[in-house]
This record gives sequence, structure tokens and C-alpha cells, in this order.
Amino acid sequence: MKKKNIKTAFSKAVIYFLLVLIGFVFLYPILYMVSYSFMDTQDLVNPFVKWIPTKLYTDNYVRACQVLDYFPTLIKTIYVNLIPAVLQTIFTSFTGYGLARFEFRGKKLVMLLILVTFIIPAQVTMIPQFLMYKDLNLIGSLYSYILPAIFSQGLKSSIFILIFYQFFKMLPKSLEEAAQLDGASFMVIFTKIAVPSALPAYIVSFIFSFVWYWNETTLSALYFGNKIKTLTLGLQNFAATYQNVYSMSVTQGGKNLNEAISMAGTLISILPLLIFYFIFQRWFVQSVDKTGITGE
Amino acid sequence: MKLTARNSAKGYFFISGWIIGFLIFTLIPIIRTFWFSFNRVRFTADGIKESFIGLLNYKNAFLMDVAFTDGLINYAGQMAVFIPVIITFSLIAAILLTKDIKGKGFFRTIFFLPVIITSGPVMKQLIEQNATSLPGISEYFSVQELANEFGLLGNLLGTVLSSFIMILWFCGVQILIFIAAIQKLDQSMYEAASIDGASGWQSFWKLTLPALMPVVGVNVLYTLVTLSGFSLNTIVQKISTDMYDINRGIGYATALSVIYFGVILIILTVFMVFINGRRKKAER
Repeated sequence: MKKKNIKTAFSKAVIYFLLVLIGFVFLYPILYMVSYSFMDTQDLVNPFVKWIPTKLYTDNYVRACQVLDYFPTLIKTIYVNLIPAVLQTIFTSFTGYGLARFEFRGKKLVMLLILVTFIIPAQVTMIPQFLMYKDLNLIGSLYSYILPAIFSQGLKSSIFILIFYQFFKMLPKSLEEAAQLDGASFMVIFTKIAVPSALPAYIVSFIFSFVWYWNETTLSALYFGNKIKTLTLGLQNFAATYQNVYSMSVTQGGKNLNEAISMAGTLISILPLLIFYFIFQRWFVQSVDKTGITGE
Repeated sequence: MKLTARNSAKGYFFISGWIIGFLIFTLIPIIRTFWFSFNRVRFTADGIKESFIGLLNYKNAFLMDVAFTDGLINYAGQMAVFIPVIITFSLIAAILLTKDIKGKGFFRTIFFLPVIITSGPVMKQLIEQNATSLPGISEYFSVQELANEFGLLGNLLGTVLSSFIMILWFCGVQILIFIAAIQKLDQSMYEAASIDGASGWQSFWKLTLPALMPVVGVNVLYTLVTLSGFSLNTIVQKISTDMYDINRGIGYATALSVIYFGVILIILTVFMVFINGRRKKAER
């Protein structure tokens, strides 16, 4: 018996060791970012300074904020991603509910096409979509995000439709049937009974939609042009913008872009996402359990 | 009879948005992309002008555009290596996280964190700083040397080692899916196996893995789609830039996207055939 105890204790120690090791590897780039973002030019070249900067040097952050035009851009970024995410969540729930609750001809085909849509890369549809928005004069406006979201064709919308489909399938029908016998119309049943009981699916869909919209750059660069600046696009052009903002000061003995400033810029551009993650952390990590998605 | 008609009318009501959207934002664009790929497309004062040139765009892509063909080969090689690495790693992490230990939630939070912040620009910054390779690994080898010595294979190995953390950062969702699937496995199966004297190792290969094969398929699909759409992917970038190239333009870019889609489908098919094969073998 004792031998077995030792064995389980040993295997637990191995598991912890592995988890901590993997955890460190996962966090390494973030730790690197934090550490470097506080280094001044001397620390960067000093071979003895590896991880901990000699002093808390915050000028990198001041510069990065200026380059990204931080607070106005942040507010715009939230707005630009929040609206499509909310719309995408609402309208994919419509589609998911329709598929989960009703029988109609061609349902199998629709399910199949939803899966196929997931596999089709954005590159195949983005150019004609771009031309269409151009014809409608919508390039540089948020409508290029809003319109597909309203018609359940937004970013990775197939996943959200499947989440809602699974969730509504799991909900017992009895409550809705009782309401139907009482004479409630189907819209009332949907909004008053189905939607409130599917709250976890709504939250999970919304947070993922928001994060995926936030991190998207291929489509936003194409559709928004130079009109809408987000933090993610700002980070993409960080080096070029830095040259523009500080080109004068460099010639006057100012400072070139260095890795510390880049890291500070990267960190502040993901900081809102990190905060968002720690608020909704439970929802992200338990999303699969909460929505019952296993991917059939 | 009347009830089912009403039922299906409601069904159509709820999915009508999707149907309209599918036509406008997916089906028609696909058809137009396909059509453009056989044309030279130019912007003029009154809209775009197409002129039919047959397969010329495709011919140019395969025969004249080394950046594209090399990019495709490189992409296929990366998928062949990255996907198994990601799947294996996610499975290992999921197994560790379903063991009976304290602090599971904490580790899950850490492993999932990258999903939230992984975007093209963030990844690019980290790669430029060399922060995506395992700490200290660049002191032992260089990607260039490996590539010179072992060609494509060395290049791939070098890419895996130098961007190892980047590969791991794509594991978050897959880990969650594996955890959910493992937790649903029938525990009595393992008890029976252990009474019969099977070791943990044996029951993993004989019981866990075959039961998880459908989920492996889902994760392969998810990984392939995510990696193929990632904005640092060279083909993705090339399509976006060629579209504005005066000598190439929209017609050429759409031809590239059609080829790219074809290659994605081929890779997906190969993986699915392989997974199905494993499943059948396990059932026997």
C-alpha cells in the first residue's frame, strides 16, 4: 500500500513539473515582452542585463502611446469590434435556433454548406466582396464588417452557428411547447424563453467573436483602407508610423526605434485583450463544457 | 400536415438571413472569384473591366511565379509538420490537465491565454525579437545551417525549433476540445482494462486514442483552417499584395486564391484519409 502512495506522489510530481514547464514556455514571449519594454538603450546593449532592467524606464511606453495614438485608437478599436461581435452573436443565434428547432426541406444541405463555409479561406471571397463594397461606396466604413455579420456570414460565423445549434438542441423543448399551447407566438417564444435560457451560449459566442474580430488584419486592412485605424492595424504599421512621428528627432540626436519600444507597443496593444481575458477567463476556459460543443 | 408546413415556415424564417447572406457574401463571390481567375481584370473610370484570357493566370502562377510555387510547397510542408505537432501537444496537455491534481484551472488559464492575443502583428513583433523560439535554443543551431545541410526537411525542422512557441500558441482551443472529449470517455472501460492487467500506457493506445479519433479529426480541421487563414502566412500575404500589383492584379490574385483553396482541400483530404485509416485499424 505504501509503495503505491509513493508511486502516485511521484507521478503527481512529474505532472506538476511538466505543467509548470509547459506553462513557462507558453508565457515566455509575454515575460520577454514585459521585461524588454522597460529597458533603456543601455540595458538593451548591456550583456549583464538579461531579464531584469536596471531601472523602471517608462519612456518606451510614452513613445509607443504616441505612435499608436493610443487612447483615441483604443476607443475606436473597441467600437469597431464590439458592434460586429454583438450583431454576429445575435444573428448567428437566429440561424442556430432555426436549425435546432424546426424541420424543413433542405436543412441537411444548409448544415453541409455551413461546414463548407468554415473551410473556404477568406481569400476566395474577399476580392469580390471588396469590389462589391467599393461599388456601394462602403470601403473605409464599418458596414463592410456589419453587413456580413447581420447575415450570419461574419468572421468564423460557422462556429457560432454550430454553438447555438448544439445549445438549443440540448435545451428541453417542453417549456417552449407549453408556451405554444398557451398561444404565445413563435417570436415571443424565441425571445422570452429560448434566448434567456441560452445565455451561456450568447456570452461564449460574443467573447470569442469580439476577440477574433480584434485580432483580424487581412480583411480589415483591405476593407477599412486608411480610414479606420485599429490598434491591431496600428501595430502592423508600427515601425513606419514611428519613423513618421520621430523622423525629426532622430536627425537631431533623437532615438531610433528599438526592440524595447516595439515590445512596449505590442504590450499596450494587447493589454485591453488581457484585461478582457481576465474578466471573462472562466467563460473562455469553460466554453467547450458550457456550450456542449464537441464538434459532431 | 398543416402543423409541419407551419413548422417549416418558421424554420425558413429563422434561417432566411443566413440563406440571403450565403448567396450575397459567399456563393456569388466564389463564382465571381472563379470567373475573375480566367480574366485580366482592370480598374477603369466606370468600374472594372474583364477580358477573358483562359488559363493564362494559372499558367503564370505555376510556371512563372517562383515566389508562389515555393510558398505553396513551403506551406504544405509546414502543415504536414505543424498539424501533427499541434495535435500531439494538445493531446498531451489535455491528458495532463484531466489528471486529478490541484490548480487545473490555473494551468488551463495559462494555456488558453495565447488564443486571446495571437494576431498577425503581435506574432510578427515577437518573431522579430526572436521571442518565439525556445529560450536559448538559437545558441545551438541556426535555421540557415540546417536548411543548407538538409534542404527542405532541415528548413522545416529549423522552422519548428525556431518558432516552437508560436506553434504552441495555436493549441489553446484544441486543448479545450480534447479535455471535453476525455472527460466524456466511459470510465468503466478503464476499470475493466486495469482489472485485466492493462497498464496506463496500454490503455491509452488501445482505449483512449481510438475513442478520441473523431475529435482528432475536428482538431485537425480547426488547426488547418486557423493556420491557413493566419495573416502571416506567405500565401495569404501574397494574395493581398498581388491584388494591387499592376502587372498581376485582381485576375491573377483570384487565380492564386483558387489554387490555394484547392491545396487546402487536398491537405485536408490527406489528413482525413489518414485518420479514418487509423480508426478502422483500431476497430479491427
